[in-house]
Amino acid sequence: MSTPTQRAVILGGNRIPFARSNKQYSKASNLDMLTSTLDGLVARFGLAGESIGEVAGGAVLKHSKDFNLTREAVLGSALAPTTPAFDVGQACATGLETVVSLNNKINAGQLESGIASGVDSASDAPIVVNDSMREILLELTRAKTLAQRAKIAAQIRPAYLAPQAPSTSEPRTGMSMGEHQAITTAQWQITREAQDELALASHHNLARAWDEGFFDDLSTPYLGVSRDTNMRPDSSAESLAKLSPVFGKKLSSPATMTAGNSTPLTDGASSVLLGSEDWASEHGFTPLARLIDAEAGAVDFVDGAEGLLMAPAYAVPRLLARNELTFEDFDVFEIHEAFASTVLSHLAAWESEKFCRDKAGLEGALGSIDRAKLNPLGSSLAAGHPFAATGGRIIASTAKYLKLTGKKRSLVSICAAGGQGLTAIVEAA
Amino acid sequence: MKDTYLGLVNGPLKQVAKTLGLPQPVELHRFDSTPAGYRRKPVLVLGSGPGAQTLADLLLENGFEVRRHANAGESLRAIIAVLDEAAAPRDLSETVLEIGTALRSLARCGRVITVSAAPNATQQSPELAATAQGITGLTRSMAHEMRGGATANGVLLDGVDVQAPSVATALWFLLSGKSAYVSGQFITVSSQAGTPIGIREFLSTGDAGPLAGRTAVVTGAARGIGAAIARNLSRDGAQVLGVDMPQAGQALAEVMNEVGGRSLQLDITTETAAEKIAEAVGGPVDIIVHNAGITRDKMLANMDASRWDSVIAVNIASQARINAQLQAKDLFAEGAQVVSLASTSGIAGNRGQTNYATSKAGVIGLTAASASDFAERGGTINAVAPGFIETDMTAKMPVLTRQVARRLSSLQQGGQPVDVAETIGFLASAGARGINGSTLRVCGQNMVGA
Repeated sequence: MSTPTQRAVILGGNRIPFARSNKQYSKASNLDMLTSTLDGLVARFGLAGESIGEVAGGAVLKHSKDFNLTREAVLGSALAPTTPAFDVGQACATGLETVVSLNNKINAGQLESGIASGVDSASDAPIVVNDSMREILLELTRAKTLAQRAKIAAQIRPAYLAPQAPSTSEPRTGMSMGEHQAITTAQWQITREAQDELALASHHNLARAWDEGFFDDLSTPYLGVSRDTNMRPDSSAESLAKLSPVFGKKLSSPATMTAGNSTPLTDGASSVLLGSEDWASEHGFTPLARLIDAEAGAVDFVDGAEGLLMAPAYAVPRLLARNELTFEDFDVFEIHEAFASTVLSHLAAWESEKFCRDKAGLEGALGSIDRAKLNPLGSSLAAGHPFAATGGRIIASTAKYLKLTGKKRSLVSICAAGGQGLTAIVEAA
Repeated sequence: MKDTYLGLVNGPLKQVAKTLGLPQPVELHRFDSTPAGYRRKPVLVLGSGPGAQTLADLLLENGFEVRRHANAGESLRAIIAVLDEAAAPRDLSETVLEIGTALRSLARCGRVITVSAAPNATQQSPELAATAQGITGLTRSMAHEMRGGATANGVLLDGVDVQAPSVATALWFLLSGKSAYVSGQFITVSSQAGTPIGIREFLSTGDAGPLAGRTAVVTGAARGIGAAIARNLSRDGAQVLGVDMPQAGQALAEVMNEVGGRSLQLDITTETAAEKIAEAVGGPVDIIVHNAGITRDKMLANMDASRWDSVIAVNIASQARINAQLQAKDLFAEGAQVVSLASTSGIAGNRGQTNYATSKAGVIGLTAASASDFAERGGTINAVAPGFIETDMTAKMPVLTRQVARRLSSLQQGGQPVDVAETIGFLASAGARGINGSTLRVCGQNMVGA
């Protein structure tokens, strides 16, 4: 359903294989990984020395020194230094938001080309001093005399020396994402078996895609890693069933969420090349797909009215309605697997008359999704989830998948911290 | 890898080496595109026939100072002996002895080039064949006698005269620093094909270079000799599509970004490799350099199937398949030029390398047998056989073995990856289209495989 203003096309992508944190990429910074990812994309498309309209990027776990992360990565890359860049932040939806925003700028005629990107390192994460220590250090810089400094320094207590490591806990509830999801999982009565089954499919689908060489022109090895390290092609229902639950252990219902059906902390980066149709044809690039529309959503999770990761359940119906589409019109569903139970909760919500009518404002249930069409290339449970890099991974993969298989339309959905979600429709070009 | 001995004998130990009669390799003069460099001294053209005069005129047109007789005490850039008129071995005497007299005047890294009829036992009289074959023995022996980085090579005329465009291209290659590590070898010109070019154009770079406007596919381009090939072809004006195993992608991307090329992560042993290469090129394949190769050394008594099969699959079977598929699907451009990497191991054999030598000798056979198919469409296929080249692979050799291997060549040193790359650039150029089906060694006239 391309509109007259639809000029932007998705041309390809590049990511580094994702690695579990504190392993192969533990010494690599966000800047290192993003630069290498851009360089791989530049080499694939022969863009060395070229000026790109704009590069958008971001990281969820970000050092203060990386205030201009994406621009710094551009300067360190083979792109022309005259390429502008900007940083974006929308938690786990950051990567997808960079695609949406560059896509819209191209459609608006502001840009002819763009590279959407995202990166995250849970290994090289910023560690900061705690707030008490920070206040003292700031006071010290303001102090003018030795006596003042000595007086301020005397206030330091041993406890203040403990650094604050970054966490994935929600600032407003203090609860981890996993504990939040455990509540939702229990509410929707998602079984352990269903979660393990989804995780298994993710690993098997991703492994098949790697084996078939699907990612040969979507990835570039980094630091000796040439496949996603979290992937377990040989995992089985039995091996997953042996894992002990890690989230929801304090709830009244049995805990079902394990390390096997939750995503691990991951390091990685991804990028997507977008351009106007004219720019693409001038460069001899074959368009893979188009991003047709996108819809963000947010829920009130703080007071418990809705689950933290349920925003996509609301955004998708609005996106479909605006585009006059139903689930039947889609060939692929790329639903980010923050946790297996997140995906299953979304599916359950869309199948629920009650949810769709009472909460999403629909007349009836949105419908169910054919599991054969769900995450056909695996998703975050197998690949891992370097927060801001997940959007680029999904968009580049699904765009190529549509081109390769001749399928038409893909629904992309990513849940994010802060009770947010971002969803999009991608169509074959 | 640095050759410490080379540095020492050209520095503090110069006198010691001389006194003890130790090998005295010199730093070779490599690529230099300035006329002051490649034309820095006069060229002596010997021979009494019209061929000698034609070549003397060609050199004059290209700005060289040309001598037809040596002037006592004048240093010479090169000696070109045109022996195409020689009909019997006794005819050689006068010119050969003139070369001998002039040799003492040959400058550092100078050149001796013989130009003569290619030996052809089935078409030449016994006396003519003896002469032609005799000249190859002469040239090889002169190469062994060269000192100070000088080389001796031959241009063989196979059914053509000295006016064939590729004779000139071969001379430019041999006269320039591009052939620094080529010695004791023969370049056979077998057709009138090829664009006539001057030495200035042959040594130009970028948009004015001999490969300008052409797209070159280089397999195994992520590192070593392949990366050097990518850099050189790009320097000479080609757009490069570098191919390497997906696992080598990071290094490949770096090389491609350096040369403004494009990377293709591809296992060349897969059934669809040819198609994927053509698709990535985005049009007919014009130049392809089959450089990707692996070693899995083991004495035959200890050889297992995986070692044998993988070497055959990567080094020869993939090339054969890619060529055949590109031909069958009409994906080669008109005038396409293919250059394959053979090895001196493929010529002489090598202990512990039955698999590798089989594959590399196979490349030589494949190249010779494919020549007529390529010629039909105005193209060529040739092979380059590197000898001891300083790469990561040779850096892993035991120290003593490495030192000995280096001194075993007439130039008394190992070659650099760029030396192989220069020869490939020459064979892939439009001016070299009269050279087809041949294997050219880049080995400094190594004893191995001689």
